[in-house]
Parts: sequence; structure tokens; C-alpha cells
Amino acid sequence: MVLRIIYVLSLFIASAGLWAKPVFAVTPLEVLAELKTEAAGTPGFEGFSAAHGESFFKTKHNHDLSCSSCHTDNPAAQGKHAETDKLIKPLAPAANEERFTDMKKVAKWFKRNCNDVLDRECTPQEKGDVLTYLLTVKK
Amino acid sequence: MLLNNNNRMFIIAVLAVSTMLFAAHASVAREDDDEDHGRSPAVINAKWESECGACHVAYPARYLPAESWRAIMSGLDKHFGSNASLDSADIKEITAFLEKNADTRKKSHEASGKPLLRITETRWFKSEHREVSDHTWKNPKVKSRANCGACHTKADSGDFNERNVKIPR
Repeated sequence: MVLRIIYVLSLFIASAGLWAKPVFAVTPLEVLAELKTEAAGTPGFEGFSAAHGESFFKTKHNHDLSCSSCHTDNPAAQGKHAETDKLIKPLAPAANEERFTDMKKVAKWFKRNCNDVLDRECTPQEKGDVLTYLLTVKK
Repeated sequence: MLLNNNNRMFIIAVLAVSTMLFAAHASVAREDDDEDHGRSPAVINAKWESECGACHVAYPARYLPAESWRAIMSGLDKHFGSNASLDSADIKEITAFLEKNADTRKKSHEASGKPLLRITETRWFKSEHREVSDHTWKNPKVKSRANCGACHTKADSGDFNERNVKIPR
């Protein structure tokens, strides 16, 4: 009888999704593979570089802004929006498992943030370098 | 028919779980209730929260009239110095949510007759914050009038109650 109750309860709880672990559409490595496919179409592509990604991330481009202006020099740490002070969750996948798990979101934020920081969209090479760097960052 | 103890426990357990599920369902349904939009801090929409709330506090719909929200949402490519464009499905959903829960009590216009785009320029905002000193506004921990969370410690959850205001020194 007790077992029957536990069984029914767990069915209800499971169906309510309370035990569900987050399910992500893609992994950061799949995002990277997608960027590699895009970059492979450009002449002279020789793969991605974490070192280039890191320097791109920390270099001030236009408007005295860099990626690290908001995401800080440590992508595993919590960031802060340069204008509004809104807290930004860590960007490195090691510190935030939600990062780079949704292709649409990745495309949207690269486009938006590159426009703010460089006044243009980033190239697949730049995006791949940055993600390669972010994947090397430990928690 | 008499029930034995075990069967009674089973029925009670099923009833308890059903009540929990019903309550959870009812609280979701409440979000769609537009009768109390003036004061309720609980009116939310997931898209609005994630998109608008990514860069700043997701400003509650009730703080601007619908025409202001329409103007803001149709000009996201030039959103206070940033290109905050969204795809058309997201724009449609968020605009509908903002319009539905917008301020209906007052018409907030600039002298030019154009809709106000900043909550901080509404008469209501200025009046509510009239006791805030220049010193506080200029505090680097406040930084901007748009930074609600600097003083409204629960702004992220839509709670602007004076009880939860803590002015940084």
C-alpha cells in the first residue's frame, strides 16, 4: 500500500517536471563546430585560437569597450552591464552550464554585443576564437 | 462501504496531490488576469523577462502607457544607444504583453505630443522620487536613474515597495 502511494506520488511529481534536469538544445562544442563550418568557408582559415580569442575578448575596440567591459577579465566570474549595472551571469561554460546551449541565443548576443563593441558583426573566426578561449576558462 | 486504513490513506494522498496541482495551475492562470494590473507586481511574461531583463531591470509594463511601449518596441534598433533588435515573433509577444498591462490611468506625453520613452521622465516617477537627493543620484553605486536595483533591492522580482528600499551610502 505504502509503495502504491509512493508510486502515484512520484508519477505526479515527475509529470509536473519537478525532477526534470535542464535539457539543452545544443552543447558549446556543437556551437563551436557550427562556427567552424562557417569559418571554413573563408579563405586562409587555419582553425581557432584560444590565445587570439583571449586578446580579442580583453582588447578595447570602439567606444572604449571590450567584451570584458561587461563580462569582466574573468569570464568565469559574474559580470555587470557597463551602462546599467545589471548583473550578468558568468559567460564561461565551466561556470554557467546554460551558456552556448541555444544557437538562436548565441547568434543574437554575438550580433548585438559585437555591434555595441565593434560597430559591426563579428566574423566566424572571431566568434570561434572567443568561444575556444571561453572553453579553456576554468571555474 | 467501510474503507480500511490503507485505502483511506491512498485516497487522502491522491486528494492532497490533486489539490497541489490545482493550486499550481490556478497561480499560472492568474498571470492572464488583467483586472488588477495597476498595482500587482506579479504580472510577468517569460519572454519579456529574459529579453528586456538581460541588460536592465525588466521595467514593469504598468509604468508606461501602451503608446509608449509601442514606440519603444518599434524602435529597438535604436534603443537608448544600442541596437536591441529582436525577431518579429518576440517583438509581437512582448509588445502584446506590455500593451495589455500598460498604465491606463494617465496619459504621459512630452510637450511635443510624442509618447514618453523613459519612465524616469514621467510625472509619476519624478513625484515618487522627489525626496531623493542629488547626492544620492550622483552616487557611483546608483550611477543612473535607470538602475532601479541600486535602491529597490527587490526590483528584479518586480517589487518596488518602499519597505524594500535601501539607499546606498
